[in-house]
Amino acid sequence: MEFNAPAGENLFDRSKIVGKSTPRIDGPLKVSGRAPYAAERHDVAANQAYGWIVGAGIAKGRIRSMDLDDARRAPGVIAIVAATEHEPVASSDFNYAPLFGGREVSHYHQAIAVVVAETFEQARAAAGLIRTSYANGDGSFDLAKVAPGAPLASDRPSDSAEIGDFESAFAAAPVKLDERYTTPDEAHAMMEPFATIAAWDGPKLTVWTSNQMIEWSRQALGSILKMDADNIRVDSPYIGGGFGGKLFVRSDAVMAALGAKAAKRPVKIAMQRPLMFNNATHRHATRQRLRIGAERDGRIVAIGHENWSGNITGEAGENATLQTPKLYAGANRLIANHVAQLDLPEGNAMRAPGELPGHLALEVAMDELAEKLGMDPVELRIVNDAQGMVPGEPDTKISDRNLTRCLREGAERFGWSKRPARPASARQGRWLTGMGVAAGYRAAPTMKSGARVRMTDRGQLIVETDMTDIGTGSYTILAQTAAETMGLPLSTVRVELGDSGYPVSAGSGGQWGAASSTAGVYAACVALRRMIGEKLGFDADAATFDGGQATLDGESWAIGDAGALTAEDSMTFGEFKKDYDVGTYAGHFAEVKVDAYTGETYITRMLAVCDAGRILNPLSARSQVIGGMVMAAGAALTEDLHVDKRFGFFANHDLAGYEVPVHADIPHQECVFLDTLDPVSTPLKAKGVGELGICGPGAAVANAIYNATGIRVRDYPLTLDKYLDRLPAIA
Amino acid sequence: MRSFTYERAASPAEAAKAVATTQGAKFIAGGTNLIDLMKLEIETPTHLVDVQDLGLDQVEDTEDGGLRIGTFVSNTALSAHPRVREDYAVLTRAIQAGASGQLRNKATTGGNLLQRTRCAYFYDTNMPCNKRKPGDGCAAIDGFSRQLGVIGTSDSCIATYPGDMAVAMRALDAVVETVKPDGTARAIPAADFHRLWGDTPHIETALEPGEIITHVRLPAPVGGQHFYHKVRDRRSYAYALVSVAAVIQPDGTGRVAFGGVAPKPWRSEAADAQLPNGAAAVVRTAFADARPTEQNAFKIPLAERTLAGILADAQTGTRS
Repeated sequence: MEFNAPAGENLFDRSKIVGKSTPRIDGPLKVSGRAPYAAERHDVAANQAYGWIVGAGIAKGRIRSMDLDDARRAPGVIAIVAATEHEPVASSDFNYAPLFGGREVSHYHQAIAVVVAETFEQARAAAGLIRTSYANGDGSFDLAKVAPGAPLASDRPSDSAEIGDFESAFAAAPVKLDERYTTPDEAHAMMEPFATIAAWDGPKLTVWTSNQMIEWSRQALGSILKMDADNIRVDSPYIGGGFGGKLFVRSDAVMAALGAKAAKRPVKIAMQRPLMFNNATHRHATRQRLRIGAERDGRIVAIGHENWSGNITGEAGENATLQTPKLYAGANRLIANHVAQLDLPEGNAMRAPGELPGHLALEVAMDELAEKLGMDPVELRIVNDAQGMVPGEPDTKISDRNLTRCLREGAERFGWSKRPARPASARQGRWLTGMGVAAGYRAAPTMKSGARVRMTDRGQLIVETDMTDIGTGSYTILAQTAAETMGLPLSTVRVELGDSGYPVSAGSGGQWGAASSTAGVYAACVALRRMIGEKLGFDADAATFDGGQATLDGESWAIGDAGALTAEDSMTFGEFKKDYDVGTYAGHFAEVKVDAYTGETYITRMLAVCDAGRILNPLSARSQVIGGMVMAAGAALTEDLHVDKRFGFFANHDLAGYEVPVHADIPHQECVFLDTLDPVSTPLKAKGVGELGICGPGAAVANAIYNATGIRVRDYPLTLDKYLDRLPAIA
Repeated sequence: MRSFTYERAASPAEAAKAVATTQGAKFIAGGTNLIDLMKLEIETPTHLVDVQDLGLDQVEDTEDGGLRIGTFVSNTALSAHPRVREDYAVLTRAIQAGASGQLRNKATTGGNLLQRTRCAYFYDTNMPCNKRKPGDGCAAIDGFSRQLGVIGTSDSCIATYPGDMAVAMRALDAVVETVKPDGTARAIPAADFHRLWGDTPHIETALEPGEIITHVRLPAPVGGQHFYHKVRDRRSYAYALVSVAAVIQPDGTGRVAFGGVAPKPWRSEAADAQLPNGAAAVVRTAFADARPTEQNAFKIPLAERTLAGILADAQTGTRS
């Protein structure tokens, strides 16, 4: 089915199941430990051996030698696959850093061996006996040093653009802001580590793994292992968090496959936590410059956003300017992204890639501009809300945008009018209190997504698609969509996900999963409805499906009478969507208290008011948004991969050293969805929310800290050592 | 993790003897630190002497009005003990500021005193570390040192003792009771228990090989208001940037120990004597010989500001 025009009124406008808060249908399995994650799939292959990945001890250079003798002789060892004895695996379209093989080391903790043994403990102990000698090479590890010479990025059309005459307009603007901001490298730090069980059957390989994008990864594994992707099966039904870290194949899958081949046994690998931060990918650090010129009434006349980041091949980087053209109007504009070459581990997508650091800078700059103008920061954003147009794209239409409503409603709900007008003016005892606001924008793309629906002769509906549920609630929204479309109770629907044997879906990434995959299931259900209609002799497209019956012109058919049927289809998204900018919008608010003595920051309240079209399941959508807010709080206050610029690695590579928020950091969160519909998005008029929640709250926290203390820190995270000397004098 | 042999000891003296006479042996109690370090091959004992059968898990009143804490009293039990809560609140607050509920259930009093540093380079066996491997060098001194020590450090090592409980015990003038392999007992004042690194950062305490902690004794209560303020980047489950244990008397005198800054809980009687003169005077005295790195120099003003907050709260009767 092709979605080739904005949706008119349809069955989802009368929905009984879609759009209703629905507890996760996979919830009981998860809370009782019966939803097996990759490393727990003991039943899928007999005789599993255990693999342990050895990471390189240097960041850049060459392996002189690997002494494997003691390890090979160690108890329980079945096989060792070592870089010095193995050709480099091939690359794929989805990897920048090499994953394994050969003597060259291109980043710290790059996989240089896998030890396969009868038990996990034996594999780990034997790995400790491998002695590796290196010839150290010189690497580039300091973004601040190389950023000035970094070339303009050219990979994507959004990387660099100038509209009007930015420099002149900025110079002439009566009110100007020119500030620089930095954000650090960050880790996905998901709960479930990278994990894979791999098994060979002749030329065929099966990987039971933890991965967000089944088809990408099947193709990538084919490229990396130089084999026909049709001989590969990828299965990933349950995923304990990914945040973009599991969009692509990582070394767990590659080493499990190579280990299994060498051991002639299925091999299971769960990557050890201390390896995850340098072996896999991370969010790139950024250095950003914001220049905004405005009239005295607050209207922006010039806005320039420049960004510098780095990556192992000098490609892609963190596009921190993405949201800037979408949020604010202004005739004269400059966007520039520069990417330097660094020899740190591979930077790649992490939840709202680009937008998370972009909002951290842009939305603080807007706060700073509001102060220069003597304007309320909510009003400044509303005055400049780029509604009705995308700057520089006169032919692009906005599908449905309610940013101003988000900000107004948020201000009302949050009690914004009680915000201390003057920074550092509200103090109770040792506590300085303040409030901050930020706008949020995140694109709402859609991608082709397929599904198969099988109606059994016992009245059950089974949905099969390679869509993944990374904790987001995919199982539930797909069941809701199928139940709604077929007019069946939710309890009759079973959803099977994450298997490359199922039709190819959009997968989980880029905030496209929910909208795309529900549209795909809808398409398959429409095909099934037509099969039922043909079989029972009615026009399915004209009929109403409800309560297990199809009704048309006063006549009814029990759809179960059609017997067992299977339908398969994909939703593709037509050319007309290119005429539109389809986005999601939010008003984010935060309140903090800061200890005037120590600078410790406590977030006391957070609110997000979101505009994301039809909310398919308000319960799981709320979880997505508040999860994003937690992650944004971490980005604002604590999360920081510390680069050791001598050795070229992230030094704090475990969960004690890399501090994600804990419950005590997050006392009260509220999430409100505006009741909106976006007919340009999909037939369900829904958009994703998985990344909207992280776009803005970090800046709201930073702005609240400024409001509380009068201290502006432009280098994230805002740890107390960066402003201790600017806190009120102590007696 | 390397393979190891294992035994369970029946008495403190027997345990001490077993560790002293077996090459590469270590005690294991709660295991909350040792097991993690073994998995990473930072600790590679060849033999473990499990001391969980030794009893020593009671808190008893002493004749002088103090407490005698068995070495295997869990952190949870100790922090919840009515006498500790009533008379040694700084200790309850310090313990509860550390780790997580699950870890405190398992962690023991003696084991907690022996908690090893959390320096990132100590934890990464690819990196040089004099503490892990004497003579190897120190990657931390010019590296990621934000969390590390500012005083009492050396050119060999700038790690900190990372714990909380011991900081309160130092403020309370606790005494560590031990039994040596030859069966003799001795008492080590908390002040002397942890060593400064010097040229031998791998030797962290005054304990001799095989010597086992049996009790920690607290002198009679000293009254006053009790404070433990642990400053960290997140609100729980993080090591202190700086912590301050303080007992403040109504006349403004008192005692103060600092955590997260040195190889040991950092306290000096000379600094205590400055308490009536305010936080700046105390910190000036206590940190007179500080040698911070660029990354952790903030710990000294932070210590001052944290203590100033405590002294302000003491005046208004607000608990920190």
